[in-house]
Amino acid sequence: MSGKNKSVADIMAVCQEMFEDLNFTYARKWKDAKPGRKVVGFLPVYSPIEMIHAAGCLPLGIFGGGDQMEVIHGDAYYQSYICRIPRSTIELGVTNRLDFVDGMIFPFVCDVIRNLSGIWKLMFPNVWSKFFDTPQNYDKSIGGTYYVQELHELKEGLEAMTGRKISDDDIRRSIGLYNENRRLIREVYAFRAKQPWLAPTSEVYVLMRAGLMMDVEEHNQMLKDYMAAASKEDRPKRDNVRISIYGSFCEQPPLNLIKSIEMAGCYVVDDDYSLNNRFLMVDVPTSGDPLEALATTYIENSVETSCKYVPDGKVKGQFHVDAVKACGAEGVIYATPSFCDPALLDRPMVCNKLSEAGIPYIAFKYAENSGQMQPIREQAGTFADSIKLWS
Amino acid sequence: MSKPEAVKEPSMEMQKAMIARNYDAITSKHETGRKVSSTFVPGNLNELLMCFDIVNNLPEINAIQAGMRKASGGYIMEAEKSGHSEDVCTYVKADIGQMSKGNIAPNGKPYPNPDVLMLSYTGCYTFMKWFELLREEYKCPTLMLHVPYEGDGHSTKNMRDYIVKQLKEVVIPGLEQVSGVKFDIDRLRQYLRNSAKAEDNLVWCLEQGKKKPSPIDAYFGGVYYIGPIFTAFRGTEDAVTYYEMLRKEVQNRVDAKQGPLTPEGTYFNDQKYRLIVEGPPNWTNFREFWKMFYDEGAVVVASSYTKVGGLYDQGFRHDPDNPLESLADYCLGCYTNLNLPTRVDLLAKYVEEYEADGLLINSIKSCNSFSAGQLMIMKEVERRTGRPGAFIETDLVDPRYFSAANVKNRLESYFQMIEQKRRGGGSKTVAA
Repeated sequence: MSGKNKSVADIMAVCQEMFEDLNFTYARKWKDAKPGRKVVGFLPVYSPIEMIHAAGCLPLGIFGGGDQMEVIHGDAYYQSYICRIPRSTIELGVTNRLDFVDGMIFPFVCDVIRNLSGIWKLMFPNVWSKFFDTPQNYDKSIGGTYYVQELHELKEGLEAMTGRKISDDDIRRSIGLYNENRRLIREVYAFRAKQPWLAPTSEVYVLMRAGLMMDVEEHNQMLKDYMAAASKEDRPKRDNVRISIYGSFCEQPPLNLIKSIEMAGCYVVDDDYSLNNRFLMVDVPTSGDPLEALATTYIENSVETSCKYVPDGKVKGQFHVDAVKACGAEGVIYATPSFCDPALLDRPMVCNKLSEAGIPYIAFKYAENSGQMQPIREQAGTFADSIKLWS
Repeated sequence: MSKPEAVKEPSMEMQKAMIARNYDAITSKHETGRKVSSTFVPGNLNELLMCFDIVNNLPEINAIQAGMRKASGGYIMEAEKSGHSEDVCTYVKADIGQMSKGNIAPNGKPYPNPDVLMLSYTGCYTFMKWFELLREEYKCPTLMLHVPYEGDGHSTKNMRDYIVKQLKEVVIPGLEQVSGVKFDIDRLRQYLRNSAKAEDNLVWCLEQGKKKPSPIDAYFGGVYYIGPIFTAFRGTEDAVTYYEMLRKEVQNRVDAKQGPLTPEGTYFNDQKYRLIVEGPPNWTNFREFWKMFYDEGAVVVASSYTKVGGLYDQGFRHDPDNPLESLADYCLGCYTNLNLPTRVDLLAKYVEEYEADGLLINSIKSCNSFSAGQLMIMKEVERRTGRPGAFIETDLVDPRYFSAANVKNRLESYFQMIEQKRRGGGSKTVAA
């Protein structure tokens, strides 16, 4: 069906269904549609999903169990002072919701996700699983060289799992499709920053999450359809303040939390939710060695987030200040999951930088199953009022 | 009435004097002109730093010192007041809080600002952010050595090459610049030779835990045994002498069929339970914690904490013939840089080889590197060995998270469980 005929409600119905579907029906159907198809799950924050795609597999974003799933078995693996995403991911595993997944990639995020990769190996020895370590040295000849070889090893692992070779042209084609995906995503974000009343974040968020669970070409079309439909929506512009949300790159907040912030009088004009397909900020070259192209883009043009080292202390946090200015936000909500080492250790440094730049901020913690939204609404509402009154 | 002083063995006295000398070297940098680095315990490059005459200061050790002197609680509260989360590593907060309270070293003199932050990023994510936070405070150069995690259970040539390249192109030139001293690889080789000698003796001492009675406590006593080799002394002549002395002390106990010395000065011979312990100890209540074990007749015969700064008992030695590659292998092989299946293999092996009654996990509230997933470790080791495991939760240096009554209760229950198992009762665990 052409995008011209699709309404925002139609698109949102599909995205919402995928967002809520903890049985991953789309991915199961995709796999069953052709014999030999395989699905590879990946956790936040960044994996080169082009490689999974080039292997002929469906890359499936695993973001924990959200607020719809009770964690029963997961608590038997992680002790009490740990964020919730590993427990609910284990819960997804032990309740057979991921029994169709052929491989899992655990990228570098923090010690918890790192250790989860080992738990997966112990619990599901028949699933190909890989801890994927990205470099913290950003010199092309050092970190770049290491990263290219890691990509080679990832490629070999995928080839062994699927039983088919991945050619350079396969990777280039996948890079091209994901370049388009990234370009369209940037367009959606720019559209939202310009007219946030037409593209509420509660919609944009599920639109992005759906993209990490479906065929990339289908998502590219969906993004085009959404922009076409959203621009025609008749939605009133409210007297809201424009805010950016940072600190939420791994364990995601419940959708109601995002809605509560919006209902409290905030337009979210930038965020770091589910960064995976926005991690690289520019197109990856489609000529030359594709692994070098992926590595160099990661080294030179990826986002600054808490699971990365910032080599130059003088610019620490400047990325966030620049992003706030670029999207015209009036303040920042630093919202992070409880027990999230990367975000919580980063928080004082990033917030200091915001203060130096005269950008107001507030900070709070959440869990993927947080249920009490009243305090969030009050905090966000008070923050919005203070910006209106004093900034 | 004041608490009686702990009884110390000659090797402990020697170590105390070595640590005091190092603190004096750190705090007198303005008089001596020596440069000071801050660095971490796992994956530290002590031999390399010594090649540049750089004194080695370890924020983790300073936090431990503060914990044992009951000062860390106040420092942590201070850091939390300034915006640090209650959820994160308490070593970090103790270190940062200490800065705002004058940053006084154990010798009563103020710590000078470091000249370089040597960030050897091995097996703990927090290290990276900790040094970003310190860099903000000290505004000094930070040299990052990124050590990849052994996620697939082994290191690769790519990982090793990456580390060696960083050593050659980032770390060594950086240290030359900070110190003004030119790198001399033969000097490094000599330090590595010393390291290997000390490592041989450390391994011999740790392996005596296989004897009955065990002449060592490989957790509470083990903390002292690893002190010099894991910190500012690996590669020094002092460390070589220390481990020769330690070996003689342990040999004397083996000959006399004696257990280790407790802080109260008694030989712990009546050993009813032999345990493997996983995870770091609690430092704020260290002596009280230790007493809970020997009062019940529990001796720790092997631990993972004594491997956090290097897995020497599995064969690794610093190698003067391949100096930089050897440093890379050392960093890669530190305990928390190993993936969970490897850790399970190692702990199950310890249970068997040391003829232990089971595995006790001290899960640390604020240390995800060690703790995330430890319940799985416990279950797997139980399954493989058929011997019971137990789980207690404390913290590194935050006194708010040490509940003596809870820990004691759990330990007592665990010992009852072991007794039951010995009598052939209780639920059966299926061995692999």
